[in-house]
Amino acid sequence: MARPENLVYSKTHEWVRVDGEIATVGITDYAQEQLGDVVMVDLPPVGKTVAAGQEMGTVESVKAVSEVFSPVSGEVVEVNGQLEAHPELVNQDPFGAGWLVKIKVAQVPADLMDAKAYEQFVQEEGGH
Amino acid sequence: MTPTPAKKTPLYVVHVEAGAKMVEFAGWEMPLKYRGVLEEHRAVRTGVGLFDVSHMGELEVVGKRALDFVQYVTCNDASRLTPGRAQYSGLMTPRGTFVDDLLLHMLAPDRYLLVVNAANKDKDYAYLCAQAPAFDDVDVHDRSAEYAQLAIQGPLAEKVLQKLTPQNLAEIKYYRFVEGEVAGVPAIIARTGYTGEDGFEVYVAPQAAVGLWRAIMEAGAEFEIQPCGLGARDTLRFEACMPLYGNDIDDATTPYEAGLDWIVKLEKGPFLGREALLHQKATGVKRKLVGFEMVGKGIPRHGYPILHASHEIGYVTSGTMSPTLGKPLGLGYVPVELAGEGSELFVDIRGQKVPARVIPTPFYRRAK
Repeated sequence: MARPENLVYSKTHEWVRVDGEIATVGITDYAQEQLGDVVMVDLPPVGKTVAAGQEMGTVESVKAVSEVFSPVSGEVVEVNGQLEAHPELVNQDPFGAGWLVKIKVAQVPADLMDAKAYEQFVQEEGGH
Repeated sequence: MTPTPAKKTPLYVVHVEAGAKMVEFAGWEMPLKYRGVLEEHRAVRTGVGLFDVSHMGELEVVGKRALDFVQYVTCNDASRLTPGRAQYSGLMTPRGTFVDDLLLHMLAPDRYLLVVNAANKDKDYAYLCAQAPAFDDVDVHDRSAEYAQLAIQGPLAEKVLQKLTPQNLAEIKYYRFVEGEVAGVPAIIARTGYTGEDGFEVYVAPQAAVGLWRAIMEAGAEFEIQPCGLGARDTLRFEACMPLYGNDIDDATTPYEAGLDWIVKLEKGPFLGREALLHQKATGVKRKLVGFEMVGKGIPRHGYPILHASHEIGYVTSGTMSPTLGKPLGLGYVPVELAGEGSELFVDIRGQKVPARVIPTPFYRRAK
Protein backbone atom coordinates (compact mmCIF):
# COMPACT_ATOMS: atom_id res chain seq x y z
CA MET A 1 0.00 0.00 0.00
CA ALA A 2 1.33 3.42 -0.89
CA ARG A 3 1.92 5.45 2.20
CA PRO A 4 0.83 9.05 1.63
CA GLU A 5 3.66 11.58 1.55
CA ASN A 6 1.55 14.46 2.81
CA LEU A 7 0.92 12.95 6.24
CA VAL A 8 2.90 12.86 9.45
CA TYR A 9 3.21 9.77 11.59
CA SER A 10 3.57 8.88 15.27
CA LYS A 11 5.69 6.18 16.86
CA THR A 12 2.48 4.54 18.02
CA HIS A 13 1.43 4.15 14.36
CA GLU A 14 -1.18 6.86 13.98
CA TRP A 15 -1.18 9.16 10.98
CA VAL A 16 -2.18 12.83 10.96
CA ARG A 17 -3.24 15.05 8.11
CA VAL A 18 -3.23 18.68 9.14
CA ASP A 19 -5.53 20.91 7.15
CA GLY A 20 -5.63 24.40 8.60
CA GLU A 21 -6.59 23.99 12.23
CA ILE A 22 -8.16 20.54 11.73
CA ALA A 23 -6.10 17.37 12.09
CA THR A 24 -7.57 14.16 10.72
CA VAL A 25 -6.22 11.09 12.54
CA GLY A 26 -6.17 7.41 11.69
CA ILE A 27 -4.03 4.33 12.17
CA THR A 28 -1.46 3.39 9.57
CA ASP A 29 -1.46 0.55 7.06
CA TYR A 30 1.25 -1.08 9.17
CA ALA A 31 -0.86 -0.83 12.35
CA GLN A 32 -3.96 -2.35 10.77
CA GLU A 33 -1.91 -5.11 9.18
CA GLN A 34 -0.37 -5.98 12.53
CA LEU A 35 -3.77 -5.96 14.18
CA GLY A 36 -5.66 -8.00 11.59
CA ASP A 37 -9.39 -7.81 10.93
CA VAL A 38 -10.77 -4.86 12.87
CA VAL A 39 -14.13 -5.71 14.44
CA MET A 40 -14.74 -2.82 16.84
CA VAL A 41 -13.63 0.77 17.18
CA ASP A 42 -14.09 2.85 20.31
CA LEU A 43 -13.54 6.57 19.86
CA PRO A 44 -13.72 9.61 22.14
CA PRO A 45 -16.93 11.67 22.05
CA VAL A 46 -17.09 14.93 20.11
CA GLY A 47 -16.08 17.76 22.39
CA LYS A 48 -13.53 15.79 24.33
CA THR A 49 -10.15 17.38 24.85
CA VAL A 50 -7.24 15.12 24.05
CA ALA A 51 -3.53 15.55 24.65
CA ALA A 52 -0.72 14.37 22.42
CA GLY A 53 0.47 10.93 23.49
CA GLN A 54 -2.68 10.23 25.50
CA GLU A 55 -4.86 7.19 24.90
CA MET A 56 -8.02 8.33 23.16
CA GLY A 57 -9.67 5.09 22.14
CA THR A 58 -9.24 1.51 21.09
CA VAL A 59 -9.27 -0.49 17.90
CA GLU A 60 -10.03 -4.17 18.35
CA SER A 61 -9.41 -7.10 16.07
CA VAL A 62 -10.75 -10.60 16.53
CA LYS A 63 -7.61 -11.42 18.50
CA ALA A 64 -6.56 -8.28 20.34
CA VAL A 65 -7.21 -4.80 21.66
CA SER A 66 -4.96 -1.97 20.56
CA GLU A 67 -4.96 1.47 22.13
CA VAL A 68 -5.08 4.49 19.89
CA PHE A 69 -3.05 7.46 21.10
CA SER A 70 -3.81 10.97 20.06
CA PRO A 71 -0.85 12.24 18.06
CA VAL A 72 -1.91 15.87 18.64
CA SER A 73 -3.43 18.01 21.37
CA GLY A 74 -6.81 19.63 20.87
CA GLU A 75 -10.56 19.04 20.86
CA VAL A 76 -12.37 16.25 19.05
CA VAL A 77 -14.74 17.88 16.55
CA GLU A 78 -15.84 14.84 14.53
CA VAL A 79 -15.66 11.06 14.76
CA ASN A 80 -16.01 8.65 11.86
CA GLY A 81 -19.53 7.33 12.43
CA GLN A 82 -19.17 4.84 9.57
CA LEU A 83 -16.87 2.72 11.69
CA GLU A 84 -19.65 1.74 14.08
CA ALA A 85 -21.24 -0.41 11.40
CA HIS A 86 -18.17 -0.89 9.22
CA PRO A 87 -15.02 -1.23 11.32
CA GLU A 88 -13.44 -3.12 8.41
CA LEU A 89 -12.89 0.25 6.70
CA VAL A 90 -9.88 0.63 8.98
CA ASN A 91 -8.34 -2.38 7.19
CA GLN A 92 -9.60 -1.64 3.74
CA ASP A 93 -8.73 2.03 3.56
CA PRO A 94 -6.68 3.07 6.60
CA PHE A 95 -5.58 6.39 5.07
CA GLY A 96 -8.99 7.22 3.61
CA ALA A 97 -12.47 6.02 4.61
CA GLY A 98 -10.98 4.34 7.69
CA TRP A 99 -10.02 7.61 9.39
CA LEU A 100 -10.89 7.79 13.08
CA VAL A 101 -11.32 11.34 14.36
CA LYS A 102 -10.91 15.00 13.46
CA ILE A 103 -9.29 17.16 16.07
CA LYS A 104 -9.22 20.95 16.25
CA VAL A 105 -5.56 21.27 17.02
CA ALA A 106 -4.06 23.38 19.70
CA GLN A 107 -0.65 21.92 19.05
CA VAL A 108 1.06 19.50 16.68
CA PRO A 109 4.13 18.01 18.34
CA ALA A 110 7.39 18.51 16.51
CA ASP A 111 8.46 14.88 16.88
CA LEU A 112 5.99 13.40 14.40
CA MET A 113 7.69 11.72 11.45
CA ASP A 114 7.38 12.28 7.74
CA ALA A 115 6.62 9.31 5.47
CA LYS A 116 10.27 8.50 4.89
CA ALA A 117 11.20 8.58 8.58
CA TYR A 118 8.15 6.49 9.44
CA GLU A 119 9.07 3.91 6.81
CA GLN A 120 12.47 3.57 8.42
CA PHE A 121 10.91 3.39 11.90
CA VAL A 122 8.59 0.56 10.80
CA GLN A 123 11.45 -1.36 9.25
CA GLU A 124 13.50 -1.12 12.42
CA GLU A 125 10.57 -2.04 14.62
CA GLY A 126 9.44 -4.88 12.41
CA GLY A 127 12.97 -6.19 12.15
CA HIS A 128 12.69 -6.74 8.42
CA MET B 1 10.95 -15.12 26.04
CA THR B 2 11.58 -18.82 25.69
CA PRO B 3 14.66 -20.75 26.68
CA THR B 4 14.65 -22.77 23.46
CA PRO B 5 13.89 -21.64 19.92
CA ALA B 6 10.38 -22.37 18.71
CA LYS B 7 9.94 -25.65 16.86
CA LYS B 8 8.86 -25.71 13.25
CA THR B 9 6.31 -28.11 11.81
CA PRO B 10 7.15 -29.88 8.52
CA LEU B 11 4.84 -27.35 6.87
CA TYR B 12 6.73 -24.27 8.03
CA VAL B 13 8.11 -23.60 4.55
CA VAL B 14 4.63 -23.80 3.04
CA HIS B 15 3.29 -21.24 5.53
CA VAL B 16 6.09 -18.79 4.88
CA GLU B 17 5.69 -19.27 1.14
CA ALA B 18 1.96 -18.56 1.47
CA GLY B 19 2.70 -15.32 3.31
CA ALA B 20 1.27 -16.44 6.65
CA LYS B 21 1.78 -14.29 9.69
CA MET B 22 3.68 -16.59 12.03
CA VAL B 23 3.42 -16.55 15.81
CA GLU B 24 4.85 -18.62 18.60
CA PHE B 25 2.29 -20.91 20.20
CA ALA B 26 3.06 -23.59 22.79
CA GLY B 27 6.72 -23.59 21.73
CA TRP B 28 5.90 -23.88 18.05
CA GLU B 29 6.17 -21.43 15.24
CA MET B 30 2.65 -21.54 13.84
CA PRO B 31 0.61 -19.64 11.25
CA LEU B 32 -1.76 -17.17 12.91
CA LYS B 33 -3.43 -16.18 9.67
CA TYR B 34 -2.95 -16.13 5.93
CA ARG B 35 -5.48 -13.83 4.28
CA GLY B 36 -7.27 -12.87 7.47
CA VAL B 37 -9.05 -14.50 10.39
CA LEU B 38 -12.54 -13.50 9.25
CA GLU B 39 -12.09 -14.75 5.71
CA GLU B 40 -10.61 -18.03 6.92
CA HIS B 41 -13.39 -18.42 9.47
CA ARG B 42 -16.02 -17.88 6.81
CA ALA B 43 -14.35 -20.38 4.47
CA VAL B 44 -14.66 -23.12 7.09
CA ARG B 45 -18.29 -22.27 7.93
CA THR B 46 -19.43 -22.13 4.32
CA GLY B 47 -16.85 -24.02 2.25
CA VAL B 48 -13.59 -25.61 3.25
CA GLY B 49 -10.38 -24.69 5.05
CA LEU B 50 -7.08 -26.44 5.69
CA PHE B 51 -5.12 -26.20 8.96
CA ASP B 52 -1.67 -27.36 9.93
CA VAL B 53 -2.09 -28.77 13.42
CA SER B 54 1.15 -30.72 13.48
CA HIS B 55 2.02 -29.10 16.79
CA MET B 56 -0.51 -31.37 18.52
CA GLY B 57 1.01 -34.21 20.52
CA GLU B 58 0.47 -37.91 19.81
CA LEU B 59 1.01 -40.35 22.65
CA GLU B 60 0.55 -44.06 22.24
CA VAL B 61 -0.42 -46.49 24.97
CA VAL B 62 0.52 -50.07 24.11
CA GLY B 63 0.16 -53.37 25.93
CA LYS B 64 -2.19 -56.08 27.08
CA ARG B 65 -3.63 -53.85 29.79
CA ALA B 66 -3.78 -50.73 27.61
CA LEU B 67 -7.54 -50.43 28.11
CA ASP B 68 -7.29 -50.73 31.91
CA PHE B 69 -4.63 -48.06 31.91
CA VAL B 70 -6.55 -45.68 29.68
CA GLN B 71 -9.67 -46.24 31.79
CA TYR B 72 -7.70 -45.36 34.91
CA VAL B 73 -6.22 -42.06 33.69
CA THR B 74 -9.20 -40.67 31.73
CA CYS B 75 -12.75 -39.87 32.81
CA ASN B 76 -14.74 -41.03 29.79
CA ASP B 77 -15.51 -44.71 29.25
CA ALA B 78 -12.92 -46.10 26.85
CA SER B 79 -14.49 -49.56 27.00
CA ARG B 80 -17.20 -48.23 24.69
CA LEU B 81 -14.63 -47.86 21.91
CA THR B 82 -13.92 -50.42 19.24
CA PRO B 83 -10.97 -50.23 16.84
CA GLY B 84 -11.57 -47.30 14.51
CA ARG B 85 -13.49 -45.20 17.00
CA ALA B 86 -12.40 -42.02 18.74
CA GLN B 87 -13.60 -40.40 21.94
CA TYR B 88 -13.24 -36.98 23.53
CA SER B 89 -12.00 -37.33 27.08
CA GLY B 90 -10.13 -35.76 29.97
CA LEU B 91 -6.82 -36.79 31.48
CA MET B 92 -7.58 -36.37 35.16
CA THR B 93 -5.71 -35.36 38.27
CA PRO B 94 -6.66 -37.14 41.51
CA ARG B 95 -8.68 -33.99 42.29
CA GLY B 96 -10.87 -34.58 39.24
CA THR B 97 -9.42 -31.62 37.37
CA PHE B 98 -7.88 -31.58 33.91
CA VAL B 99 -4.27 -32.49 33.28
CA ASP B 100 -5.39 -32.10 29.68
CA ASP B 101 -8.29 -32.76 27.35
CA LEU B 102 -7.67 -35.17 24.51
CA LEU B 103 -8.94 -37.32 21.69
CA LEU B 104 -8.56 -41.00 22.40
CA HIS B 105 -8.32 -43.26 19.33
CA MET B 106 -8.57 -47.02 19.66
CA LEU B 107 -6.15 -48.40 17.08
CA ALA B 108 -6.35 -52.01 18.30
CA PRO B 109 -7.36 -53.80 21.52
CA ASP B 110 -3.84 -53.26 22.85
CA ARG B 111 -3.08 -49.89 21.21
CA TYR B 112 -4.56 -46.45 21.86
CA LEU B 113 -3.49 -43.15 20.37
CA LEU B 114 -4.01 -40.05 22.51
CA VAL B 115 -3.97 -36.75 20.66
CA VAL B 116 -3.15 -34.05 23.19
CA ASN B 117 -2.56 -30.31 23.35
CA ALA B 118 0.87 -29.17 22.19
CA ALA B 119 1.44 -27.09 25.31
CA ASN B 120 0.71 -30.10 27.53
CA LYS B 121 2.38 -32.89 25.61
CA ASP B 122 5.52 -33.21 27.74
CA LYS B 123 3.52 -32.88 30.94
CA ASP B 124 1.00 -35.49 29.76
CA TYR B 125 3.73 -37.90 28.70
CA ALA B 126 5.47 -37.60 32.08
CA TYR B 127 2.13 -38.04 33.87
CA LEU B 128 1.26 -41.16 31.90
CA CYS B 129 4.73 -42.61 32.39
CA ALA B 130 4.43 -42.04 36.13
CA GLN B 131 1.14 -43.98 36.25
CA ALA B 132 2.18 -46.79 33.90
CA PRO B 133 4.32 -48.91 36.31
CA ALA B 134 1.19 -49.79 38.29
CA PHE B 135 0.01 -51.68 35.22
CA ASP B 136 2.05 -54.65 34.04
CA ASP B 137 2.77 -54.72 30.39
CA VAL B 138 1.76 -51.18 29.49
CA ASP B 139 4.12 -48.89 27.62
CA VAL B 140 3.67 -45.23 26.81
CA HIS B 141 5.38 -43.81 23.74
CA ASP B 142 5.67 -40.25 22.58
CA ARG B 143 4.96 -40.51 18.85
CA SER B 144 4.62 -36.77 18.28
CA ALA B 145 7.66 -36.54 16.04
CA GLU B 146 6.29 -39.33 13.84
CA TYR B 147 3.09 -37.54 12.87
CA ALA B 148 2.17 -34.41 11.02
CA GLN B 149 -1.49 -33.52 11.34
CA LEU B 150 -3.61 -31.65 8.82
CA ALA B 151 -7.21 -30.68 9.55
CA ILE B 152 -9.49 -30.21 6.58
CA GLN B 153 -12.69 -28.66 7.85
CA GLY B 154 -15.94 -27.32 6.48
CA PRO B 155 -19.08 -28.53 4.71
CA LEU B 156 -17.06 -29.23 1.54
CA ALA B 157 -14.21 -31.06 3.31
CA GLU B 158 -15.45 -34.51 2.32
CA LYS B 159 -15.79 -33.51 -1.34
CA VAL B 160 -12.22 -32.26 -1.46
CA LEU B 161 -10.60 -35.09 0.46
CA GLN B 162 -12.56 -37.72 -1.47
CA LYS B 163 -10.66 -36.72 -4.62
CA LEU B 164 -7.45 -37.87 -2.96
CA THR B 165 -8.37 -41.20 -1.40
CA PRO B 166 -9.82 -44.55 -2.50
CA GLN B 167 -11.44 -44.79 0.93
CA ASN B 168 -15.19 -44.12 0.81
CA LEU B 169 -15.29 -41.17 3.18
CA ALA B 170 -19.08 -41.19 3.47
CA GLU B 171 -18.66 -44.46 5.39
CA ILE B 172 -16.55 -42.79 8.06
CA LYS B 173 -19.04 -41.50 10.61
CA TYR B 174 -18.37 -38.71 13.10
CA TYR B 175 -15.70 -39.71 15.62
CA ARG B 176 -14.60 -42.72 13.56
CA PHE B 177 -11.32 -43.16 11.73
CA VAL B 178 -9.62 -45.49 9.30
CA GLU B 179 -6.01 -46.28 8.56
CA GLY B 180 -5.84 -45.81 4.83
CA GLU B 181 -4.17 -43.74 2.17
CA VAL B 182 -4.46 -40.10 1.12
CA ALA B 183 -2.64 -38.69 -1.90
CA GLY B 184 -0.70 -41.94 -2.14
CA VAL B 185 0.66 -41.94 1.41
CA PRO B 186 -0.39 -43.96 4.47
CA ALA B 187 -2.63 -41.90 6.71
CA ILE B 188 -5.00 -42.05 9.63
CA ILE B 189 -8.18 -40.36 8.42
CA ALA B 190 -10.41 -39.33 11.31
CA ARG B 191 -13.76 -37.61 11.05
CA THR B 192 -13.03 -35.24 13.91
CA GLY B 193 -12.26 -31.57 14.30
CA TYR B 194 -12.13 -28.47 16.41
CA THR B 195 -14.28 -26.10 14.40
CA GLY B 196 -17.90 -27.15 14.87
CA GLU B 197 -18.06 -28.16 11.21
CA ASP B 198 -17.86 -31.47 9.44
CA GLY B 199 -14.34 -32.39 8.47
CA PHE B 200 -11.35 -34.63 8.88
CA GLU B 201 -8.11 -34.73 10.77
CA VAL B 202 -5.45 -36.53 8.77
CA TYR B 203 -2.27 -37.93 10.34
CA VAL B 204 0.70 -38.69 8.11
CA ALA B 205 4.45 -39.10 8.38
CA PRO B 206 6.19 -35.70 8.65
CA GLN B 207 8.01 -36.16 5.35
CA ALA B 208 4.64 -36.62 3.60
CA ALA B 209 3.12 -33.44 5.02
CA VAL B 210 4.17 -30.93 2.36
CA GLY B 211 3.04 -33.19 -0.48
CA LEU B 212 -0.30 -33.80 1.21
CA TRP B 213 -0.82 -30.10 1.93
CA ARG B 214 -0.22 -29.20 -1.69
CA ALA B 215 -2.42 -32.03 -2.94
CA ILE B 216 -5.31 -30.91 -0.72
CA MET B 217 -4.89 -27.26 -1.73
CA GLU B 218 -4.94 -28.28 -5.38
CA ALA B 219 -7.93 -30.59 -4.95
CA GLY B 220 -9.74 -27.83 -3.08
CA ALA B 221 -8.94 -25.04 -5.52
CA GLU B 222 -12.26 -25.48 -7.34
CA PHE B 223 -14.02 -25.03 -3.98
CA GLU B 224 -11.90 -22.02 -3.05
CA ILE B 225 -10.22 -23.81 -0.18
CA GLN B 226 -8.42 -21.44 2.21
CA PRO B 227 -5.36 -22.18 4.29
CA CYS B 228 -6.35 -21.31 7.86
CA GLY B 229 -4.31 -20.30 10.87
CA LEU B 230 -4.63 -20.50 14.62
CA GLY B 231 -6.67 -17.29 14.67
CA ALA B 232 -9.57 -18.86 12.79
CA ARG B 233 -9.10 -22.15 14.63
CA ASP B 234 -9.74 -20.25 17.87
CA THR B 235 -12.81 -18.29 16.69
CA LEU B 236 -14.30 -21.44 15.14
CA ARG B 237 -13.86 -23.63 18.21
CA PHE B 238 -15.06 -20.75 20.40
CA GLU B 239 -18.39 -20.39 18.58
CA ALA B 240 -18.89 -24.14 18.87
CA CYS B 241 -17.98 -23.85 22.60
CA MET B 242 -15.27 -26.48 22.36
CA PRO B 243 -13.05 -25.78 25.35
CA LEU B 244 -9.50 -24.50 24.98
CA TYR B 245 -7.11 -25.86 27.58
CA GLY B 246 -5.44 -23.05 29.48
CA ASN B 247 -8.46 -20.80 28.91
CA ASP B 248 -11.74 -22.60 29.55
CA ILE B 249 -10.38 -25.64 31.36
CA ASP B 250 -7.20 -26.29 33.31
CA ASP B 251 -5.88 -28.20 36.30
CA ALA B 252 -8.08 -26.15 38.63
CA THR B 253 -11.36 -26.91 36.83
CA THR B 254 -13.40 -30.11 36.69
CA PRO B 255 -15.48 -31.47 33.81
CA TYR B 256 -18.65 -30.76 35.82
CA GLU B 257 -17.73 -27.11 36.25
CA ALA B 258 -16.90 -26.87 32.55
CA GLY B 259 -20.29 -28.34 31.56
CA LEU B 260 -18.59 -31.47 30.25
CA ASP B 261 -20.68 -33.85 32.38
CA TRP B 262 -21.09 -36.10 29.35
CA ILE B 263 -17.41 -37.09 29.40
CA VAL B 264 -17.54 -38.26 33.04
CA LYS B 265 -18.56 -41.92 33.42
CA LEU B 266 -18.57 -42.55 37.16
CA GLU B 267 -20.09 -46.00 36.73
CA LYS B 268 -17.17 -47.33 34.66
CA GLY B 269 -15.10 -48.26 37.73
CA PRO B 270 -12.13 -46.68 39.50
CA PHE B 271 -10.22 -43.91 37.80
CA LEU B 272 -8.09 -40.94 38.80
CA GLY B 273 -10.27 -38.19 40.20
CA ARG B 274 -13.35 -40.37 40.52
CA GLU B 275 -13.76 -39.83 44.28
CA ALA B 276 -13.49 -36.07 43.89
CA LEU B 277 -15.96 -36.08 41.01
CA LEU B 278 -18.39 -38.33 42.90
CA HIS B 279 -18.27 -35.87 45.75
CA GLN B 280 -18.73 -32.87 43.48
CA LYS B 281 -21.65 -34.53 41.76
CA ALA B 282 -23.30 -35.27 45.10
CA THR B 283 -22.78 -31.82 46.60
CA GLY B 284 -23.18 -29.87 43.36
CA VAL B 285 -20.73 -27.55 41.64
CA LYS B 286 -20.17 -24.08 43.08
CA ARG B 287 -19.35 -22.47 39.73
CA LYS B 288 -20.14 -23.16 36.10
CA LEU B 289 -18.75 -22.24 32.74
CA VAL B 290 -21.43 -20.18 30.98
CA GLY B 291 -21.81 -18.48 27.64
CA PHE B 292 -22.86 -14.86 27.57
CA GLU B 293 -23.56 -12.07 25.12
CA MET B 294 -22.75 -8.43 25.68
CA VAL B 295 -25.69 -6.13 26.23
CA GLY B 296 -23.47 -3.04 26.17
CA LYS B 297 -20.66 -2.19 23.79
CA GLY B 298 -17.40 -4.03 24.19
CA ILE B 299 -15.62 -7.29 23.51
CA PRO B 300 -15.00 -9.64 26.45
CA ARG B 301 -11.53 -11.15 26.49
CA HIS B 302 -9.66 -13.86 28.37
CA GLY B 303 -8.97 -12.79 31.95
CA TYR B 304 -11.45 -9.91 32.22
CA PRO B 305 -13.34 -9.95 35.56
CA ILE B 306 -17.05 -10.81 35.63
CA LEU B 307 -19.06 -8.75 38.14
CA HIS B 308 -22.43 -9.04 39.78
CA ALA B 309 -23.62 -5.87 41.46
CA SER B 310 -20.15 -4.54 42.20
CA HIS B 311 -18.53 -7.77 43.27
CA GLU B 312 -16.08 -9.71 41.20
CA ILE B 313 -17.67 -13.14 40.93
CA GLY B 314 -15.79 -14.78 38.09
CA TYR B 315 -13.67 -14.27 35.02
CA VAL B 316 -13.85 -14.49 31.27
CA THR B 317 -12.08 -17.58 29.94
CA SER B 318 -12.56 -16.89 26.21
CA GLY B 319 -14.21 -14.11 24.29
CA THR B 320 -14.25 -12.42 20.94
CA MET B 321 -16.43 -10.80 18.33
CA SER B 322 -18.16 -13.87 16.93
CA PRO B 323 -17.62 -13.78 13.16
CA THR B 324 -20.66 -15.96 12.41
CA LEU B 325 -23.11 -14.36 14.83
CA GLY B 326 -21.70 -10.86 14.38
CA LYS B 327 -21.74 -9.98 18.05
CA PRO B 328 -19.32 -10.08 20.97
CA LEU B 329 -19.66 -13.29 22.98
CA GLY B 330 -17.82 -14.79 25.90
CA LEU B 331 -17.35 -17.84 28.06
CA GLY B 332 -16.59 -17.58 31.75
CA TYR B 333 -16.93 -19.12 35.16
CA VAL B 334 -19.63 -17.73 37.44
CA PRO B 335 -21.22 -18.96 40.69
CA VAL B 336 -23.86 -21.58 39.94
CA GLU B 337 -26.69 -19.39 41.26
CA LEU B 338 -25.85 -16.82 38.56
CA ALA B 339 -25.34 -19.37 35.79
CA GLY B 340 -28.93 -19.62 34.57
CA GLU B 341 -30.01 -18.48 31.12
CA GLY B 342 -30.92 -14.78 31.21
CA SER B 343 -28.79 -14.10 34.29
CA GLU B 344 -27.53 -10.51 34.21
CA LEU B 345 -23.86 -9.89 34.77
CA PHE B 346 -21.24 -7.27 34.04
CA VAL B 347 -17.88 -7.64 32.41
CA ASP B 348 -15.11 -5.33 33.50
CA ILE B 349 -13.75 -4.21 30.14
CA ARG B 350 -10.63 -2.22 30.91
CA GLY B 351 -12.28 -0.45 33.82
CA GLN B 352 -15.75 -0.08 32.28
CA LYS B 353 -18.61 -2.09 33.76
CA VAL B 354 -20.41 -3.39 30.66
CA PRO B 355 -23.67 -5.36 31.01
CA ALA B 356 -23.86 -8.93 29.72
CA ARG B 357 -26.44 -11.70 29.76
CA VAL B 358 -26.11 -15.49 30.02
CA ILE B 359 -27.28 -17.30 26.87
CA PRO B 360 -27.44 -20.97 25.84
CA THR B 361 -24.38 -22.73 24.48
CA PRO B 362 -23.01 -23.69 22.03
CA PHE B 363 -23.30 -20.31 20.33
CA TYR B 364 -23.10 -22.01 16.96
CA ARG B 365 -24.33 -25.42 15.90
CA ARG B 366 -24.08 -26.55 12.33
CA ALA B 367 -27.21 -27.57 10.46
CA LYS B 368 -27.39 -31.34 10.19
